Amino acid sequence: MFRVTRRYSFAASHRLHAPQLSEEQNRQLYGKCNNPYGHGHNYVMEVSAQGPLDPGTGRAVDVEVLDEFVRRQVLTPFDHRNLNLDVNSFQGLSPTSENLLVEISRRLNRNWSSAFPGEWPRLEKVRISETPRNIFEMESHEIG
Amino acid sequence: MLITRRVEFSASHICRQPQLSAEENARIYGQAANPHGHGHNYVVEVTLEGLPDPVTGMVLDLKELKEILNREVVTPYDHRFLNYEVAPFDRVVPTTENIARDIWDRLKPHVCGPSHQLRAVRVYETPDLYVDYFGEQPCSV
Repeated sequence: MFRVTRRYSFAASHRLHAPQLSEEQNRQLYGKCNNPYGHGHNYVMEVSAQGPLDPGTGRAVDVEVLDEFVRRQVLTPFDHRNLNLDVNSFQGLSPTSENLLVEISRRLNRNWSSAFPGEWPRLEKVRISETPRNIFEMESHEIG
Repeated sequence: MLITRRVEFSASHICRQPQLSAEENARIYGQAANPHGHGHNYVVEVTLEGLPDPVTGMVLDLKELKEILNREVVTPYDHRFLNYEVAPFDRVVPTTENIARDIWDRLKPHVCGPSHQLRAVRVYETPDLYVDYFGEQPCSV
């Protein structure tokens, strides 16, 4: 069994703000990340897929197909966007990296078969770094 | 515990199946099917699993692992055209997956001991694309 991992990046802005909390509570909880004007990151995302080798091509994953799928599902809707304003899921939900990871993983998982209709390869995990020092990872079995 | 050693080599390759036409290969492998070849700075991470020896405090002396990696991987692969100079790539397409499996096969006889075994081979073709291979069966002593 092989695991093929591809790294992508996108840049986006966000503001961490939980609508259930008061302005003051949000300031205390999120600090600088609660700045009303927002701020941005260069997100780096790794998508891992798992599968056996296709004996014909010598590959476990067609990376061109994966690239096109990730571009459509994630990069186009997220790159150079304001997550709070441009992505429906974050209207009323704080776009923390945890919530961003859940949203991206769900999009990839839900639509995976449109790119890879066979039994293999399968989505194995998604990993996002908000900065090089903050890394978040989810395996496919955790995706609801 | 896991221990990992990293080595690098640079090599050129062509991704193509000899029985297919140039057009078919270009459709499957894209730019990687360029008949003149192209190259990468490959990075290989080899991970062993084991317990530290109670006397030496080491799973496997990393100096020894470094020598094995240089002898079995870097020397045959570095600054070579894989399709023409490195078996089995005269008959096996040198995709990142097949390179990871070949490195696993080359290392397995040398890094399986009573106290440690080969756990994973990771091959980076570029910093943005890598493959992990875990073998089809655990290595036996």
